[in-house]
Amino acid sequence: MHHTAMSPSVPLQEMIRAIRSARTQCEERGVIQRECAAIRAQFRQSDNGGRSHNLAKLLYVHMLGYPAHFGQMECVRMIASPRYSEKRVGYLGAMMLLDEKQDASLLITNSIKNDLSHSNQYVQSLALCTLACMGSAEMCRDLAPEIDRLLRASNSYIKKKAALCAVHIVRKVHDLGELFTPAARSLLAEKNHGVLHGAVVLITELCERNQETLERFRKTVPDLVQIMKGLVISGYSPEHDVAGISDPFLQVRILRLLRILGRNNEGASDAMNDLLAQVATNTDSTKTVGNAVLYETVLTVLHIKSESGLRVLAVNILGRFLLNNDRNIRYIAMISLQKIVGTDHNAVQRHRGTIVDCLKDQDASVKRRALDLSLALVSASNVRSMMKELLLFLSSCPPELRAQAASGIFNAAERYAPSQRWHIDTILHVLTTAGGDVRDETVPNLIQLITNASELHCYTVHKLYRALLTDISQQSLVQVACWCIGEYGDLLLRGECQETEPVQVTEDDVLDALETVLQSHMSSPATRGFALTATMKLRTPLSLTANTDRIQSIVSIYGSCIDVELQQRAVEYNALFRKYDHMRAAVLERMPVIEKNSPGHTNGESTGEPIKDIQTLKVKQGEPLLPQQPANQVLTLTQMHVV
Amino acid sequence: MIKAILIFNNHGKPRLIRFYQYFAEDMQQQIIRETFHLVSKRDDNVCNFLEGGSLIGGSDYKLIYRHYATLYFVFCVDSSESELGILDLIQVFVETLDKCFENVCELDLIFHMDKVHYILQEVVMGGMVLETNMNEIVAQVEVQNRMEKSEVSLFLDR
Repeated sequence: MHHTAMSPSVPLQEMIRAIRSARTQCEERGVIQRECAAIRAQFRQSDNGGRSHNLAKLLYVHMLGYPAHFGQMECVRMIASPRYSEKRVGYLGAMMLLDEKQDASLLITNSIKNDLSHSNQYVQSLALCTLACMGSAEMCRDLAPEIDRLLRASNSYIKKKAALCAVHIVRKVHDLGELFTPAARSLLAEKNHGVLHGAVVLITELCERNQETLERFRKTVPDLVQIMKGLVISGYSPEHDVAGISDPFLQVRILRLLRILGRNNEGASDAMNDLLAQVATNTDSTKTVGNAVLYETVLTVLHIKSESGLRVLAVNILGRFLLNNDRNIRYIAMISLQKIVGTDHNAVQRHRGTIVDCLKDQDASVKRRALDLSLALVSASNVRSMMKELLLFLSSCPPELRAQAASGIFNAAERYAPSQRWHIDTILHVLTTAGGDVRDETVPNLIQLITNASELHCYTVHKLYRALLTDISQQSLVQVACWCIGEYGDLLLRGECQETEPVQVTEDDVLDALETVLQSHMSSPATRGFALTATMKLRTPLSLTANTDRIQSIVSIYGSCIDVELQQRAVEYNALFRKYDHMRAAVLERMPVIEKNSPGHTNGESTGEPIKDIQTLKVKQGEPLLPQQPANQVLTLTQMHVV
Repeated sequence: MIKAILIFNNHGKPRLIRFYQYFAEDMQQQIIRETFHLVSKRDDNVCNFLEGGSLIGGSDYKLIYRHYATLYFVFCVDSSESELGILDLIQVFVETLDKCFENVCELDLIFHMDKVHYILQEVVMGGMVLETNMNEIVAQVEVQNRMEKSEVSLFLDR
């Protein structure tokens, strides 16, 4: 290929030089504004032979982000020109500047129609390209018969473009799939690889859209197998060769189509079994292109009804990929394993160690894949060890993955917790590490969990109290801690606890902690609500007058708080102190255990696999999520307020 | 489907932008900036696949990229494309450019942006892979350039 064929568009190059010589953004803007003004003026003039240069210049500034809409009509004019150079840039401009929503695009319909039957195949090709990029539904309906004609009777160059154009048409107007089916079928007999490639893409699109069409195309499986065999076995074919593999792109396309045709169908799967085995064993995996084909083969084997020997081979290939030095290959392997973790769970479990190691890879993409896969591999038998790894991951994982990791850990813990204490510990661990990234439902869910674990109330409140002393920035954690302190304050003050070392906690200590939360600028209004209520609830276990006064003074401060919710609470609590002291004990007594199936309670979000427990079955689809504050407490008090 | 092909340099300056899905102009520039931001953070020895951008197409899309000297070649694709296949396609495209421009470098892309588009049009059409045979692509590009040249020579340049 010679440089001379690349004749420079001189005015374009001059402009580019001028733009590049600008030393600041401001200077560049100035140059471009001047150029655009000149271009605009040129557009208004009649034909001067340099029209294509002007449009090219406009497209250049458009790429840099400057407005170019005033060039739309010029595109329309250029497309209608008889000169190839002008048509070429006109169509390019149309594809860059127009879309079907703009009026100007309607004006090019006629040009496209005419150019589709132009005597020059390169003009036809421009029209096909433009139609495939931005053809509206009406244009597609209008021109579909013409495309069908080109699919049947033209040269390979046009046929392959017509095939992709047909794909676009089918995407825009689904019914037209019927029209193209016969032509698509006969294209499989072509020898030209570009045409074959286009044909396979078209057939794939038709099959994915329509089940009946898919069933009709199942008959082509033997033909596809033949074509593949030709690519895999035949001698060295230099024009299609990429690093020793014969047209890997076409092979990948055919393998994908075979996958679609063989799914859930014994007959089709049988017909392709031998071929797949052949490709799987003979493809050279030392080069990237070989791996692309192997990877596609593996996916096909695993998604059709293949015989078990072949399946084992496929999973082993994935296992080898997982240990490959090339990170791309490891990444791809994990994607594939993710796709089959539902159906071939045990096979994937065998590679759990390697997958967990990938959590520590420095590449964020690999980490992301490893996280998804690790979560999918947690089971009752490995939950303790897996959770250790996942919690370790959570403490150092990239910020964009934390929410996903946290919610995945919660789901896994919910399904497979070996004990209630482990479950509570795990959730607390997540809240301490990534409390800012958990969803809102976590707080009521955790509270419900805690109330249900009655033997652990003492342990839990001690742990939460300690966590509160260390860090009050994680809102979810602080909210749960306050709730528990309010609820189980008596256990906290008692000092002894079976499961943890005893620690002396005085009433003042507890009130100090709650006051710190109330006064901290880090606490959200919701959190303050929790702390206020907890302070109030401590009134019952605390016997000394000094502390009762302290509680009352804390509460009454909030009687004039700007936040309406807090103000209302404070006022109501004050009322309880003054007028309704006889009811206080009953009102503020310990909450009943929150039932798992109570209405209004929704489970935590689920990522991926459905949770088989009863909760989700009982929760209606449209039920709103719980509000941030625990609804039960607020209801109790406002109900009292009516009295 | 390939949703977009972006080529920009190490400083994020766009050298070729092709969207196969309609986006308003300011959105296009935002996408370019976001993509550059994501890609330039990556080390040289990590994998060539990136997830996590949000502006194009939501969750079902990936960035597949290669870094050649001063240029990033980024293909934004959805799950219907083979990741390794696209990676190979980028290599084919760059090698084709190399054949057309003789030791192609960033300057060639800067000063011949329109020509690069025409070459790309022979490789990808409507967001779908059209032709992967380098010789075929180069031959077709050559013919079309000759056609254009024969017309241009009939007119005086500005």
